[in-house]
Amino acid sequence: METLQVLVCDDEPGMRMSVARALRDFTFTASDVNAEVRLETDVAETGEEAVKKIDAAPPHILLLDHKLPGISGLDVLEHIASKKIDMLTIMITAYASIETAVRATRQGAYDFLAKPFTPAELKNAVRKAAEHVIVAQHARKLAREKRQVRFQFISVLAHELKAPLGAIEGYMQLLRDGSAGDDPEVYRQIIERCMTRTAYMRKMILDLLDLTRIESGQKKREFVEVDVVASARTAIETATPDAQPRNIEMRLLADHPVRMRADAGEIEIILNNLVSNAVKYNRDGGSVEVKIAESEDTVIISVSDTGIGMSEEECAKLFNDFVRIKNRKTRDILGSGLGLSIVKKLAHAYGGDATVASRPDIGSTFTVTLKKAFIPTGTMLDS
Amino acid sequence: MSTKKTIMVVDDDSDYRFQQKVQLEASGYTVVEADSAEQAMEELEKTRPDLALVDLMMEEMDAGFTLCYHIKKKYPDVPIILATAVTRETGLEFDAATSEERSWIKADVLLAKPIRFDQLRREIERLLGIAK
Repeated sequence: METLQVLVCDDEPGMRMSVARALRDFTFTASDVNAEVRLETDVAETGEEAVKKIDAAPPHILLLDHKLPGISGLDVLEHIASKKIDMLTIMITAYASIETAVRATRQGAYDFLAKPFTPAELKNAVRKAAEHVIVAQHARKLAREKRQVRFQFISVLAHELKAPLGAIEGYMQLLRDGSAGDDPEVYRQIIERCMTRTAYMRKMILDLLDLTRIESGQKKREFVEVDVVASARTAIETATPDAQPRNIEMRLLADHPVRMRADAGEIEIILNNLVSNAVKYNRDGGSVEVKIAESEDTVIISVSDTGIGMSEEECAKLFNDFVRIKNRKTRDILGSGLGLSIVKKLAHAYGGDATVASRPDIGSTFTVTLKKAFIPTGTMLDS
Repeated sequence: MSTKKTIMVVDDDSDYRFQQKVQLEASGYTVVEADSAEQAMEELEKTRPDLALVDLMMEEMDAGFTLCYHIKKKYPDVPIILATAVTRETGLEFDAATSEERSWIKADVLLAKPIRFDQLRREIERLLGIAK
């Protein structure tokens, strides 16, 4: 239940009373945000009194008579505008002349009520203004939350990018100080480790670019007929150089092409992330199974591994930005912590979802569903 | 140095561990590595190091503190250098400069990460009583 303050400024006592009475028990649901709204009414007899009350505590909505004994309704509007007070004004005017309407609008009035008006007309006008106020409040709240999320994201990002830099810097210092001894093998290892940290930092930056393009809706999406099975095959080929030295066998289970209208690059990102994870978090000599299936309206991608698996709590947070499961088993596996968050966002963009079922030390199965009939828009909306 | 001294390096960051190991070995020490407090405890059953270099923040936020406590309980004479990035990351200042601080931080020296190796080597030589 949200309560909005309404101030009624009119010099006629009968008008003040009847407006207050009409609004007293008036509640309604603001349809856009599904919020129950009630009103609290206060009155002012003159423009001067209204200004005083507005300065003390601005109402959400002001019902303002145009013709007042002292300063006029337009003077009150001017005061509100000059002080940039955030509120909506509905002008009440006995002679609804165009001229008054135009002048009041210039001064920032939101709506008009022409005297005489019925209680229904009054409620209608107030309701319209109230919905506007509520929607604006919600929009502000969302913008605040979004800023907050963004800030958190940036601070975690900074931390994640600092880690590889710190490691590389450590190696550089060691080389500069000449404190690494004279074993060439040690130098080879140092260079190898620097290269690995650099490669993953690059991977993180590339993932980050994918993510910001997805979230900002700036990535140009091109929708064509995509064979998901063919994309899966490519993803498996891409992962082969990492899988082969560790004797990880990869299988593709699909007996016919599975087509859907999609952005080929996005399907590729989903499959590459799932397959490369399945290899990365597998045990040596393990296996990866990629299954592409379809129902009438859905494409189902599932990727199973025989790897380290996860606990339920670990699964629950897995799809968030920068979440990397940290334990002894994952300690020396590098990653950006963004891959699965990207997969989930893309799945949402196709009206589907990304989920995981996992058992520690046995393996995990990631399932992504994509709706075939999902009508994609030109840009991707924030999911 | 008559016999090679053994230093235990406990840190969950494999790069950092490797860097310390390389430099300590080049300076003539034997290095025993552990990537967690848990592994360090196992290692301590087998080896009595001459000195331990312990990272404060590992998986559990204060694993380093507990480990220091255990090392001191098992081998009261083994000096400990506690390395921490806490000051850099949180701005929280703390030290093991006074005996009162050392009585609750079970370490002999507290060094802020990033540690300069020459400083680390000086501290090690001092704690091991190696004359320069």
